[in-house]
Amino acid sequence: MHELGVTQQLLKIALQYANEAEAVRINQLTIVIGELSSIVDDSVQFYWDIVSKGSIAQGSTLCFKRLSASLHCDACGHEFPLNRLEYICPECGSDRVSVASGDEFFLESIDVDLEPESTEQA
Amino acid sequence: MSKVPIVENIMSANDQIAAKTRQQFDELGILALNVMASPGGGKTSVIMRTVESLKNEARIGVMDGDMVTIDADHIAELGVPVSLINTGGNCHLDANMVHSALPSLDLDAIDLLIIENVGNLICPAAFKLGVHLNVVIASVPEGDDKPYKYPAMFRGADVLLLNKIDLKPYLQFDVDYFQHGVEVLNPGLTFFQVSATTGEGFDAWLAWLRDKIKERSSAGQP
Repeated sequence: MHELGVTQQLLKIALQYANEAEAVRINQLTIVIGELSSIVDDSVQFYWDIVSKGSIAQGSTLCFKRLSASLHCDACGHEFPLNRLEYICPECGSDRVSVASGDEFFLESIDVDLEPESTEQA
Repeated sequence: MSKVPIVENIMSANDQIAAKTRQQFDELGILALNVMASPGGGKTSVIMRTVESLKNEARIGVMDGDMVTIDADHIAELGVPVSLINTGGNCHLDANMVHSALPSLDLDAIDLLIIENVGNLICPAAFKLGVHLNVVIASVPEGDDKPYKYPAMFRGADVLLLNKIDLKPYLQFDVDYFQHGVEVLNPGLTFFQVSATTGEGFDAWLAWLRDKIKERSSAGQP
C-alpha cells in the first residue's frame, strides 16, 4: 500500500516542475530506483493512474530505471554488483567490502508537451 | 515533446514532515525510537521488557502502528501512555501518520518515545519518521541471511538487536555470517544480542539506551 503515498509525492514534484516549465501535458516520468531503496514495484502504475486523474499528468506512463547496487572491495578496489548471498569480493576473495551505490530514489526527468510558443491570434 | 530534467528525491515531502517532528522532539528533549522488524521478530516483547526495566527512571510513551489494539493493550498494562496509530492495513508508518498522532500523547511528560512500526522488513526502511534512532530487530528463527535478503533495512539502522538468542541451541544460525552482512551494509553499527524472553543481553542494551536518553534530555535543556 505504500504505492499510494509514493505516487502522491511523485505527482506533487512532477506538477511543480511541469508548471515551472509551462508545460500543458506530462507524457512520461523517469524514476531512478537503486536496489537498496527498491520499495516500488510495478503495481505503482495502477496507483499512478488513480492519483494523476484529472491533472495534466493523466494518462502518463512511469518509466523505471532500476540500478543494481554495487559493492566496492577495499582490498583490491574491484567494484561488483551486490548479490543476495554473500558480500565477498569475487576478484580477490576479501570480505573487506563496502556499499558503493544503490540508495538512489529520485525523479530524474519528465517528458512534457510545452505550451505553444505564441497563443496570440495572427 | 521536450524533456524537463528534475533529479528530486521522491521522499522529500515525507522527509520535510519528519524534520518538523524531529524539531519538536528536540525542543522537548525527547529521545524517539523507530522500532522495526518482521512480524513475529519480537518488537512488542522487546519494547515491553525495555519499558518494564526503564519505567521507574524515565518517563516513557509508546506509539503503536497497527490495525488492532492487541499489542497496544499489552503495553498499556505496564502503566505507560500508549497511542495506537491505526495503519488501516498500510505496510509502514510514514512521517505524516506519526506527526498527526503527536497530540495524542502528552509529550511534555515523556523522555523516551518508542514508536513501534508495522511488522515488515522492507517498506518501513524507506520512510523517515523524525526519530533519533532507527532500532532494527532481527531474530534467530528468521535465519542468518536477512542482511543479504533485505539490505535496505539494515543499511538504515542506527542500532541492531538480534533477538531470541535463547533459541540458538536449537537452530542453525551463523552469527559471523549475519554480522558480516550487517557490517558491509552499515559499518560500525551498534549490535546487541538479546532474548526478550529470558532477559539475556538486556543489560548492555539498556545501559546503551540510558546513555542516549541522558544525552538527549541534556541537549533539550534551554
